[in-house]
Amino acid sequence: MAELDTLESDQPLLVAESLSKSFGRIAACREVSFALYPGEVLAIVGESGSGKSTLLQMLSGQLTPSAGRVSYRMRDGVARDLTTLGEAERRFLFRTDWGYVHQDPAQGLRMAVSAGANVGERLMAVGWNHYGRIRDTASDWLMRVEIDVARIDDAPRTYSGGMRQRLQIARNLVTEPRLVFMDEPTGGLDVSVQARLLDLLRSLVAELHLAVIIVTHDLAVARLLSHRVMVMKGGRVIETGLTDQVLDDPREPYTQLLVSSILPP
Amino acid sequence: MNAPAYNFAYLDEQTKRMIRRAILKAIAIPGYQVPFASREMPMPYGWGTGGVQVTAAILGPEDVLKVIDQGSDDTTNAISIRKFFAKTAGVATTTATDEATVIQTRHRIPETALHENQVLVYQVPIPEPLRFLEPRETETRRMHALAEYGLMHVKLYEDIARFGHIATAYAYPVKVNARYVMDPSPTPKFDNPKMDNCAALQLFGAGREKRIYAIPPYTKVVSLDFEDHPFEPYRFNAPCALCGAENSYLDEIVTDDKGGRMFVCSDTDYCEGRQAAGHHGSLSAAPYKEKAGSHG
Repeated sequence: MAELDTLESDQPLLVAESLSKSFGRIAACREVSFALYPGEVLAIVGESGSGKSTLLQMLSGQLTPSAGRVSYRMRDGVARDLTTLGEAERRFLFRTDWGYVHQDPAQGLRMAVSAGANVGERLMAVGWNHYGRIRDTASDWLMRVEIDVARIDDAPRTYSGGMRQRLQIARNLVTEPRLVFMDEPTGGLDVSVQARLLDLLRSLVAELHLAVIIVTHDLAVARLLSHRVMVMKGGRVIETGLTDQVLDDPREPYTQLLVSSILPP
Repeated sequence: MNAPAYNFAYLDEQTKRMIRRAILKAIAIPGYQVPFASREMPMPYGWGTGGVQVTAAILGPEDVLKVIDQGSDDTTNAISIRKFFAKTAGVATTTATDEATVIQTRHRIPETALHENQVLVYQVPIPEPLRFLEPRETETRRMHALAEYGLMHVKLYEDIARFGHIATAYAYPVKVNARYVMDPSPTPKFDNPKMDNCAALQLFGAGREKRIYAIPPYTKVVSLDFEDHPFEPYRFNAPCALCGAENSYLDEIVTDDKGGRMFVCSDTDYCEGRQAAGHHGSLSAAPYKEKAGSHG
């Protein structure tokens, strides 16, 4: 089994090959290539307008690249080019093997239905048909993301910002995805809530052996969560490497500027 | 001033052809909502403009028409639509379910089992079963196309979480021919089992929303549910006060302002038929009497 696991992680889960996207004359993303391995957390950092979100949308198949390709190794071990996937397959992937955590929980949650149904939706979408089991799984997940199970029947609009974000994470992880995309998951939360969320994310990522691509402008988030960092500027990746290496010993002037603009504690 | 002002059954022949094409497509793809160019009808939206257009398109001079509203043949809506076709098409009308070849209905399926030479036309206010969960039409169409119906169960889940059972009592979602999830129009869920494997053709017309859908005869129609909360048709547990029927869908009728009420069959034709055959309920024998002074 251990051997099989190493074999598994020998092959990349997701490979991006010279991805580019331009909107008219504006090149939002240029020639981005990397490979992501199972269980690996990759942070994409950079200032607003550097092409982070465009890249994330291309990687998650929501935006068709102008050039280049993304391939993803499915659960059966076969790597598939995302652009050749049919819409049904892509949406199925999104409900099962992938997760997507939005910055604004209102985009990722159904605000009018209860927390339990929010978590259970993916299960029902893949054919779970037993109310009791769906509910048990939902309350189990609420517990794992530190939400009081007594609030399972409350709608997320009655939740605080931090709780909403944790609920969104539970909703995404319930089908045990292998890859989760996160777009500024801690944006808009106050510092203590951020810390708690990061702590939770870090333990879940380790526990579930999740591969994560996290887009953030907050270097502290990158430092806490990620194994590797990609620094973007003007649509290009200007520096990439192990997190501590890039953040403690930045090579590029722009990265140096980014790192030095964090206020010392 | 003696030429008839209207074409047979009100609509012009081109419009009928258009509607018939939509109906044929709907029959070919059971449960799929076919868009059609709904016309203005001489009645307000919500009064059955969709049903009336479907009826007008399929009606022939030999047809016998029955119109019911909440099971009743003698409410305003039922009478006015029946008269409308009596006037514009000159077809025979009836209140007897057995004799009718076309039955237009609002919110009920007759208690008497339908047979092969009948068409049941439903008036539909909101054809999209996913509408209240997913407001985007583009998204709901895509969900139908890909048969992504997890969301429908979210609604049922919410019901159980809130009320302890599936509290949806009407417009209860069904899956037609193991493919499309369909809104059976606001019929009580009591009627859902009648749609399954029904001998008659069932057509659904939504005038405002411009959609037609259909269930061909003998098609499998399954009400959605959970394994541990199976679908259960609901019926108030009482016999009909007029005909004593134990298995018909009942209307509650308030009889005074002191809490008095009676339960009677909502299908008036069925109830009258049973009374004519000699069945009695608890209130059917008592003629109305003005009561002087206190009672009870």
